[in-house]
Amino acid sequence: MPLFERLYNFAHWLTQDREEAEDLVQETYAKALKGFSSFQQGSNFRAWIYQILRNTFFTSRSGLKAAATVPLESESDQQTFPAINETPESILLQRLDRQLVQEALGRLAVPNREVLLLCEFEEMSYREISATLAIPIGTVMSRLSRARRALRDIVQELHGD
Amino acid sequence: MDCEHWAERGWTEKLDAYFDGELPAGEGRALYEHLRQCATCAAAGLAKVQQKLAVKAAGQRFVPDAAFRARIERSIAARRPSATLPWGRRGWLPVLEFAAVVAVLLIGAALFLTLHRGRGEQQLMSELVDQHVATMASSNPVDVVSSDRHTVKPWFAGKIPFTFNLPELQGSPFVLVGGRVSYLAQSPGAELIFRVRQHQISVFIFQAKELTGGSGNEAARSALSFEVRSWQHNGLRYFVIGDASAQDLDKLGELIKAAG
Repeated sequence: MPLFERLYNFAHWLTQDREEAEDLVQETYAKALKGFSSFQQGSNFRAWIYQILRNTFFTSRSGLKAAATVPLESESDQQTFPAINETPESILLQRLDRQLVQEALGRLAVPNREVLLLCEFEEMSYREISATLAIPIGTVMSRLSRARRALRDIVQELHGD
Repeated sequence: MDCEHWAERGWTEKLDAYFDGELPAGEGRALYEHLRQCATCAAAGLAKVQQKLAVKAAGQRFVPDAAFRARIERSIAARRPSATLPWGRRGWLPVLEFAAVVAVLLIGAALFLTLHRGRGEQQLMSELVDQHVATMASSNPVDVVSSDRHTVKPWFAGKIPFTFNLPELQGSPFVLVGGRVSYLAQSPGAELIFRVRQHQISVFIFQAKELTGGSGNEAARSALSFEVRSWQHNGLRYFVIGDASAQDLDKLGELIKAAG
């Protein structure tokens, strides 16, 4: 099964629940198998199957809830100036606290979490992310920027706890 | 703020794109020169790289367990056409039970044999369609990459226990992409990949004596929206599978048959 472990990891990040993640992956493979003829040869298989997974998630009960309660584009677009002393990133580096980052990722809104994971963990190009999320590349860039800022804020907040 | 760029709209996105490797070469070089001279932006860049590494490390968190993997494999298998049949993936016990009944009811024997042959054929097709899908999904779909039949055919020498002929494709819409060794019923065979326009077609060749399922008669069918052609010649079974049109598969099949 291609991409099984990575799809499961991504599904779990989206759903935040083991059973829901399993159902999501199972349905994704079923849909992929059923709709393989719709897959365009020469296009990106990874983007295609991730697109199926997140579309399935966002039509599920928890996905609808996540999409309905999260304002996608309403966050402030103001620039974040680099701090001089201790930054959330330097905190990350110093502590190398994987748990802290995982906690912060878990607290991110789903659209921010998914775009960050696709970029940093899956190492997808902007073009692949654009295809997976069905959004223009410009939106990928602005959403990534917002997601990174949001993660910094959460890390800072967690670090202050 | 020391650097005037931070007053520009979209500067953060530009820095992000640079460290994501997404900035066009010209812009990237210019930004690199700026980073070498601007401590503020260099510090911001370092922070971005640190964050990228931290998220990458934290991203791997959830691992599926073996039971789930087994469950999903069963679930996928159940959706294949072969598994909708009474003994598709359930082992041989139901077959034996059925055979016993047929043995008692002699009148059903012929019907059973006919059904069994058809189902064996369908199982073979299902396995081969799986292999074709796996090949298309693979980042390394072929082990020998060449459009030259005089390169591809010799590559199989010593890897499979038989030889075969490849057709001359000049003047046809087909292009030979390459080949790989494939296995069916624990026996090695050849999988040849052809391209026609945007479609890929797999041609599988196995020794007929190694394949217990199926009749070997010439057949055309569809499985999971794929077109499948099969025939037997000189002790070899040929299977042509792809999502191209039925006419394309017929045409390729004829070329291969003509090559003998």
